[in-house]
Amino acid sequence: MVLWFRKNLQNIMLAAIAMLLATSVNVNAEVVAPVVPKGKGEQCVEPTDVMRKNHMEMLKHQRDETMHNGIRTKKHALKECIACHVQEDEKGQVARFGDDGHFCSSCHNYAGVNVDCFQCHADRPQELIGKGHKIKPHHTADFKDKAINKEALQALTEVSK
Amino acid sequence: MKTVNTTDTSKRKFLGGAAAVAGIAIAPGVLLQTVNAKPDNEAVSNKVRWGMLIDTNKCGDGCTDCVTACNTENGLTGFERPETDSQWIRKLTLKDKQTGHVQTLPVMCQHCETAPCVDVCPTGASFKREDGIVLVDKHICIGCRYCMMACPYKARSFVHEDLQDQKDHAPRGKGTVESCTMCVHKVDNGENPACVTACNKEHKAMYFGDLNDANSEISKRLKQYGGKQIRADLGLNPGVRYQGV
Ligand code: SF4
Ligand code: SF4
Repeated sequence: MVLWFRKNLQNIMLAAIAMLLATSVNVNAEVVAPVVPKGKGEQCVEPTDVMRKNHMEMLKHQRDETMHNGIRTKKHALKECIACHVQEDEKGQVARFGDDGHFCSSCHNYAGVNVDCFQCHADRPQELIGKGHKIKPHHTADFKDKAINKEALQALTEVSK
Repeated sequence: MKTVNTTDTSKRKFLGGAAAVAGIAIAPGVLLQTVNAKPDNEAVSNKVRWGMLIDTNKCGDGCTDCVTACNTENGLTGFERPETDSQWIRKLTLKDKQTGHVQTLPVMCQHCETAPCVDVCPTGASFKREDGIVLVDKHICIGCRYCMMACPYKARSFVHEDLQDQKDHAPRGKGTVESCTMCVHKVDNGENPACVTACNKEHKAMYFGDLNDANSEISKRLKQYGGKQIRADLGLNPGVRYQGV
């Protein structure tokens, strides 16, 4: 037994170090992701990672096309995002922009990125307008303690090849 | 001043195709809608010029159906402050002092061909669509209100206060200027503007259609009976015409 131990000491040490390393790497790589409410539909109009990274570009493109050229396709329209992603919960409550439970805010609060869209645009589907509490359209969310770390940001915005 | 035109003309290359006619037939020969709806993915073109015709002889004295319909359609809720509350359409009363004859008529953005509001806008936010509808792109409006001063028809309003519960088809917000959009969201969908629909229920004083199409009802009426421009002397060639004034 002693002999075996001596013979394998080196291996055991290596294994222990490896385990330690593995744990510390795991701790570093652990990402506390925001809780994003599920959409109504089965599948988004684009792959999730593409949406995470590029939704703002698509929305902006669509916005100019609709505003100036009267293009009314639905695929990248904000109204359709909201119609699918903002729903009543079991209690009949609807989250407003700024609440962690609102689809857009769940990530934007987490990442500390404010947007102005909902000063003008509806943050709920048309049939839910009037429901829910009031919002301060010019609010600045309190992003204290919500700073996102680099790994989390990478994990959220990386687009798979 | 240089006119900022953000409309990408290359988008118009696929306009050759025939526009679908969105006519809902409720019975043979009876059409609910007579306006051409373009496909969703087709850009608006200058082949069309949307316009309105208002017959003031039919406009009801004391009737405000068009104003109510506009407010409801576009979610224009006020703050009980008439001085600053948004107003896209209003009723005017004209009285001939000599004869005592009283007329009322609705006035909204006249969708001028050479729109002064577009000329003066420093950011390009105030613009005219290819089909003649004059709009404010609130994404780039800085709220300077030059356009309000330039408009000879007092057609524009400034949003002074935080808003709640805007309609999803009519985004509006504090710090930007707005005016009648000719219900562009409806027009793009092949429907009449809300005021016209409301007026047609009783007084039938308002017509909407394509001024470029000689066969549209509005063009035929204008050709046969004529139609005045308010302040024609300004040479703005507005898309809204009046009869009986
Ligand atoms: S009526 Fe006034 S707001 Fe409308 S296009 Fe003419 S100048 Fe512009
Ligand atoms: S208020 Fe807005 S739309 Fe009017 S002139 Fe200024 S920037 Fe242009």
